[in-house]
Amino acid sequence: MIPCAVVGVGQTHHKSRRRDVSFGGLVREAVFRALDDARMTMADIDAVVLGKAPDLFEGVMKPELYLSDALGAVGKPMFRVHTAGSVGGTTGLVAASHVRAGKHRTVLAVAFEKQSEGNAQFALGSGRGASLGAGGSFAPFVRAYIQRSGAPEHIGWTVAVKDRLNALKNPYAHLKIEDISIEKVRNSPMMWDPIRYLESCPSSDGACAVVITDADGAQAATAAGRPPAWILGMSSRSEAGSFPGRDPVRPRAGLQCAEDVYQEAGITNPREQIDMAELYVPFSWHEPIWLEAHHLADEGEGWKMIDDGQTEIGGSFPVNCSGGVLSTNPIGASGLLRFAEAANQVRGAAGDHQVDGAQVALAMAYGAQSQYFSMWIVANRLQPFG
Amino acid sequence: MTANETPGTSTDLAVVGWAQAAISRRTDQTETQMLMSAITDALTPLGLTRADVDFTCLGSCDYITGQAFSFVANLDAIGAWPPKRDSHVEMDGAWALYEAWLRLHEGDIEIAVVTGSGRSSTGDPSLIYPMEMDPYVLAPLGADLVTFAALQARAVISAGLADERAMAEVAVRSRGTGTVEELLAGEYVREPLRRHDLPPITDGAVAMVLATGDRARQLVERPAYITGFDHRTECHNPAFRRLDDSPSTRIAAREAGLDDRGLNGRGVEVAELQASFTHEELLLRHVLGLGDDVAVNPSGGALRANPIMATGLARIGYAADHVFGGGTRALAHATSGPCLQQNLICVLEGRS
Repeated sequence: MIPCAVVGVGQTHHKSRRRDVSFGGLVREAVFRALDDARMTMADIDAVVLGKAPDLFEGVMKPELYLSDALGAVGKPMFRVHTAGSVGGTTGLVAASHVRAGKHRTVLAVAFEKQSEGNAQFALGSGRGASLGAGGSFAPFVRAYIQRSGAPEHIGWTVAVKDRLNALKNPYAHLKIEDISIEKVRNSPMMWDPIRYLESCPSSDGACAVVITDADGAQAATAAGRPPAWILGMSSRSEAGSFPGRDPVRPRAGLQCAEDVYQEAGITNPREQIDMAELYVPFSWHEPIWLEAHHLADEGEGWKMIDDGQTEIGGSFPVNCSGGVLSTNPIGASGLLRFAEAANQVRGAAGDHQVDGAQVALAMAYGAQSQYFSMWIVANRLQPFG
Repeated sequence: MTANETPGTSTDLAVVGWAQAAISRRTDQTETQMLMSAITDALTPLGLTRADVDFTCLGSCDYITGQAFSFVANLDAIGAWPPKRDSHVEMDGAWALYEAWLRLHEGDIEIAVVTGSGRSSTGDPSLIYPMEMDPYVLAPLGADLVTFAALQARAVISAGLADERAMAEVAVRSRGTGTVEELLAGEYVREPLRRHDLPPITDGAVAMVLATGDRARQLVERPAYITGFDHRTECHNPAFRRLDDSPSTRIAAREAGLDDRGLNGRGVEVAELQASFTHEELLLRHVLGLGDDVAVNPSGGALRANPIMATGLARIGYAADHVFGGGTRALAHATSGPCLQQNLICVLEGRS
């Protein structure tokens, strides 16, 4: 396996409606920022991997065909991934796999969603009536978590406030709620009991791009004073959606995916050895759910980390310093944004939401009925654990 | 890079089996049911079960299926319990094979199953295909796949690479029915294309098993080693391309080890081309430099059965069959997009 690293990261400014740009314009905004960050041009890219959630969101089938020009992919391999909500993360993994396999040197991973072009709720139900939407699907899992763990209801509000405060430090974030507070979240309308409006993710237009290259490229970036984020472990795991005994609160695919990346990265105590995490948290309660389902907290203990402020920037285990999916959610790109933010944290390039001294970070995305998981561990050096 | 792989190294990968399901004008089976059969039929002769599979990658298309997240239900078919290392491409299964080929090259796992599946019978292709065009300037025209194919057919004919008779000959050879004279007496669907120049509408699924060299040699007597594999895309808008050429096919073929003298001077015996329209076969033969000594589409190709999202993977399957049956070298081609926008070349070889 060829070692590889992230040497460039870019994203758009995210909004409910990016009417100022076409699909092509949107992805190019992220791509050029990533290439500039990597001090590269499209000529340096050997292959392009595009990820996005269902094409029914925008009504453009296989948009990688139309986007081949905008992405500078003409004459190159152009690959399209779609693994539900985890797709942004999987896009990063597939791009890294191109390099790890020794078949391509420098690969561009791009993910986008332009949700304002269509009606995501309609598409989630495939145009049929009675779509539960994501919130309706996940509310039973959240209720099950609360019942099992005995977590008090303010935990959800606390996560919602934390991520929105973090978003105020992120110039690219979609939601900027200056006066966010526990009161405000608690008083927002109940959407899918127990999930309130301000405990839910927005619907965004946006894109993210990441440049991944081999060890030579990563070392060149290091020598030039632009530290890369080495990819130490990566995995994607899926499980079937509905059968007796399946636990969507603690999905085995999520546990196993985490075990895969910890093992590959040489991590034996994830809570201690990882400095921060970007977890896919579209509804506030998913933060404690994933802390427990990824071996970052013992079962029933995840919510206590939140209650103690440990997942804030400056806490002992910061989570979603970028503001997370709760603040920015171009669905297909939301996973790659997590992967990109984790990379920027260990590169020391996370700006005002930088975790001091972050050296090892976990990024995660999930999709469908908590069935698809993708993760990577990135670090500021190839062997951070000696 | 792929052209110079040394045979017998630990990085060699091979197709060891494949199977198809349904492959009919219309089936009442769901995509999941078709995949259930195809995967079982691909694994069973190898003495493998789903538990032996380290990685799965499925290829399908929500718009063909008519449902968002349509591939999620297909996790049932791969038996994703305990959870599988898994991925999905919104592309033909041939690209799913490419992802699995990359993944196995990482070196930590040995066996992958890839699939392609689709039920085109449930929709109207002339309504679906305009939606894969540039949404601003081409999709609003409502021009379907056949219209764009007809534009390319005209360009190929003008360039002297085909004529209507040669196209009819392709149809007769592929389908094994009718005569050239009978076909040429038919009406145009879109001039210069007649009904026989068009692919059928087919439901179906294909599953394929890929293994690392050492495992492959344990599983079958004669693995079909992948010795070249590449894919390339082109500019999208057909008006900005030379339609009497296929530069992306040429680049992919070169990267897969095929040069002007064939495969580094070593001949290809069989070529399975995803030519959904008759003129595409003639264009691809020209671009790939395939001589009369190469058997093109002995399976009947996409003109005989065209299970969209599996048609390309089936080409690789038939090319592997040639090697399984004692052949030395076969080439498979897959394509996506209007007028052969994106092309993939896979070279399979047997060893004595």
